[in-house]
Amino acid sequence: MTEKGIGAAVLRREDRRFVTGKGQYVDDLNRAGQAHACFVRSAQAHAEIRKVDVSRAKSAPGVITVLTGEDVAADKLGSLPCGWGITNKDGTAMAEPGWPVLAQGRVRYVGEAIAMVIATTRQGARDAAELVEVDTSPLPVVVQATDAGKKGAPQLHEAAANNQCFDWEIGDRAATDAAIKASAKVVSLDIVNQRLVPNAMEPRAALAEFDTNSGLLTLHCACQAPHAMRLLLGAFVLNQAEHKFRVVAPDVGGGFGSKIPPYAEYAALCWAARRLGQPVKWTSSRSEAFLTDAHGRDHVTRAELGLDKDGRFTALRVSTVANLGAYLSAFGPLIPTYLYATLFAGQYTTPAIHAEVRAMFTNTTPVDAYRGAGRPEATYMLERLVETAARELGMDPAELRRRNFVAADAFPYQTPVALLYDSGDYAGALDKALELADVKGFAKRRAEAAKRGMARGIGYSTPIEATGAAPSAIAGQLGARAGLYESAEVRFNPTGSVTVFSGSHSHGQGHATTFAQIVASTLGVPYENVEVVEGDTARTQFGMGTYGSRSTSVGGSAIVKACDKIIAKGKKIAAHLLEASEGDIEFENGNFTVSGTDRTKNIAEIAFAAYVPHNYPLETLEPGLNEQAFFDPANFNFPYGAYICEVEVDPETGFTRIERFTAIDDVGNVINPLIVHGQVQGGVAQGIGQAMFEQGVYDESGQLLTGSLMDYCLPRADDVPSIDSGLTVTPCPFNPLGVKGCGEMGTIGSTPAVINAILDALKDYGVSDIQMPATPLRVWQAIRNGSAPQAAE
Amino acid sequence: MPTVSMTVNGKEVSAEVETRTLLVQFLRDHIGLTGTHVGCDTSQCGACVVHVDGKALKSCTRLAVQCEGASVTTIEGLAANGALHPMQQAFHENHGLQCGFCTPGMIMSAVDMVERLGNKLDEKTIRQELEGNICRCTGYHNIVKSIAAGAEAMK
Repeated sequence: MTEKGIGAAVLRREDRRFVTGKGQYVDDLNRAGQAHACFVRSAQAHAEIRKVDVSRAKSAPGVITVLTGEDVAADKLGSLPCGWGITNKDGTAMAEPGWPVLAQGRVRYVGEAIAMVIATTRQGARDAAELVEVDTSPLPVVVQATDAGKKGAPQLHEAAANNQCFDWEIGDRAATDAAIKASAKVVSLDIVNQRLVPNAMEPRAALAEFDTNSGLLTLHCACQAPHAMRLLLGAFVLNQAEHKFRVVAPDVGGGFGSKIPPYAEYAALCWAARRLGQPVKWTSSRSEAFLTDAHGRDHVTRAELGLDKDGRFTALRVSTVANLGAYLSAFGPLIPTYLYATLFAGQYTTPAIHAEVRAMFTNTTPVDAYRGAGRPEATYMLERLVETAARELGMDPAELRRRNFVAADAFPYQTPVALLYDSGDYAGALDKALELADVKGFAKRRAEAAKRGMARGIGYSTPIEATGAAPSAIAGQLGARAGLYESAEVRFNPTGSVTVFSGSHSHGQGHATTFAQIVASTLGVPYENVEVVEGDTARTQFGMGTYGSRSTSVGGSAIVKACDKIIAKGKKIAAHLLEASEGDIEFENGNFTVSGTDRTKNIAEIAFAAYVPHNYPLETLEPGLNEQAFFDPANFNFPYGAYICEVEVDPETGFTRIERFTAIDDVGNVINPLIVHGQVQGGVAQGIGQAMFEQGVYDESGQLLTGSLMDYCLPRADDVPSIDSGLTVTPCPFNPLGVKGCGEMGTIGSTPAVINAILDALKDYGVSDIQMPATPLRVWQAIRNGSAPQAAE
Repeated sequence: MPTVSMTVNGKEVSAEVETRTLLVQFLRDHIGLTGTHVGCDTSQCGACVVHVDGKALKSCTRLAVQCEGASVTTIEGLAANGALHPMQQAFHENHGLQCGFCTPGMIMSAVDMVERLGNKLDEKTIRQELEGNICRCTGYHNIVKSIAAGAEAMK
């Protein structure tokens, strides 16, 4: 039994349907009589809508109806909701302009939905959408967050003066200013953390159905959190009560945060299906995805790190302007605040930290969570500063880090920016990385590369992140408008198999395997006898979904909690069957045993007795063996790592190749190492993507220049290296599994390691800074503009 | 509307289609084989790779009517008699997939790669040959391992 339990590299049970083409993603679903929707989208970034003429479209072949913002208003649909409120420095609430399902009177970004055409075929809807005539009057456009607050800037929302959503701060400003002033050395950087487009490979899709007899609305959609989707769309937008609203997320083809928000298209489809009494389907094209999936990052930051004469960090002062796009996406305000600045201590004992963040509306696609969500921005800033400090001080960057690490015996450790770190041995992870990366041999490799005319560099990053959101009470104090627990139900079936229902939802993480391993170990049942059900509000009691690397630590812990209730009830049943007192029953490896005897009952026998209660304590105990649990963690958990990147730059062309990449992660206890390493490898590739390839670029008129996979560079197989990954284990004390999140570390940790390596390679060329993505052109320009004599030719 | 007929996974199929229907739409919408995926609209992602007359092809780059009389193999046609094709098995054993969306195209490209280049494929070759297939989940690390192992197993 235990060979497929916790800790085993079990091959994923979900693979078979995917490798045989039998996965069921939303676009694979069809219903008899379904109609197809196509959205008419704004081609302008900012304009008044004078008239939307749908008459020609309505009379096109196969068109059922065409709906516009006027219909949305007439049917009194609510605004798309925001799930997190931020309080300004002055104690006032953030500006919260509405976001209509279809544009009303004005469009504020390219791609905003203006009308929805519904026709009998997909192509027919597309053809008719071309016939909708939108008469607009263009308005001036602002694209950059740093321009949005300037005097005379175009104004997006009446409810947001000067385009500002909020002006927020955290930490002790006075203490930080004083400590910076008293520092022996201050290192500063101006950083652009560029806009990214998530690009999960499955485009978003939805199929909405309405049963006119029962009044049940069913939405199948590609999403990461079905219950949250139901809650937000039902209560805030559609006025559809939850008992008459089912959300199903079947197989979901990647998400990375972009499939969390309750998107306008999903609301519109539900609304249309309800109006028509007919199923309506929509699948995003990749071009639509570029314009309408929530984007990520887009920060402009000034950061200063103070050090004393011994290289100890004295203070960190950061000012960031964050671009939220045209509207408030569901978790848009959370990303550049509590998921960002609370990570500014990093792995270090910096005693004084202050951060201020201004968040601005611009005529661009709304910004929300993208893998890491705030934590990559924090880590990139901090790890760049640390490496810059090491370079300026002429110190070994590993030694500078070591000098400032929170010590292994200092946990739990309270940072100056709200978080209480759980556990760790930061120097231990760094030591392991130094060894695996053969840092001792680097000088030789560098010299050898130089003989070939190549500049070889090495870069470090020692990231930490907060995962497992969240203690609901703390989240509530900080502005969350929902709880952040997770729920589970563990149901024994009469003949001993187990069905587990989880409120998490896999979009590639392998929950069906991992959660079955947890149950197999906890209940001592064969792994094969455990089935995992997720992604359907009609089957799972409740759930907050999968994001922020929370599924195992919060969702898995809820499963353990339900299993504990099963065991507790099983002990009562066993005591009855074995004619012993409950206190004498011990449970181990699936067997209930009277302590000190060989009298024992297997858990399957207990389950059978519970469902066929012929010999059962019915007067004191209900039949059945089915338990539910909610787990609300007492704290976040704090996975960390040490990443080392080695690059070679061709100084003639600027072409950069990653020669080695080492990732040591500590994610606490490991349920399935195969899956953990897979998460790290994939995360690292996304972080490399930000460092070297990806950038969402708008021109001054608000057109997205990188609007397709021909223009926006997702890493291909020959752009990224194989990853040397390893693990250290310091269990988390705040959940019963001792686990920490593993889904985002790769992305968070890798980006600064890559840029630090490139800058190390370029140090002899007088290059001390470069903005992302470090494309060959940018690297070549940096060398040309560098202060080194050989670059000035 | 013209009727197009072809052999898909060994079975004769035919359907009336608009002339603008792409092969991938024909497979998904007309004959219900949804294992072939659409991940982009610019022929970059490779999620729709199938084999047409023995050669790998992005099925979004060909009209269905151009495939009249052709023999098409999709991901659904790779496993024989319930046993996974060695390349499918290799993806499973090497954790070569996460969300699974790019996987059908990856496997169809990988099988074609082996058929063209043989059973000994080094990392560099595999990475270069995957130019037309995008994966966002795995970082390619385990896909490369899977293809090398699958190539060996196809001997």
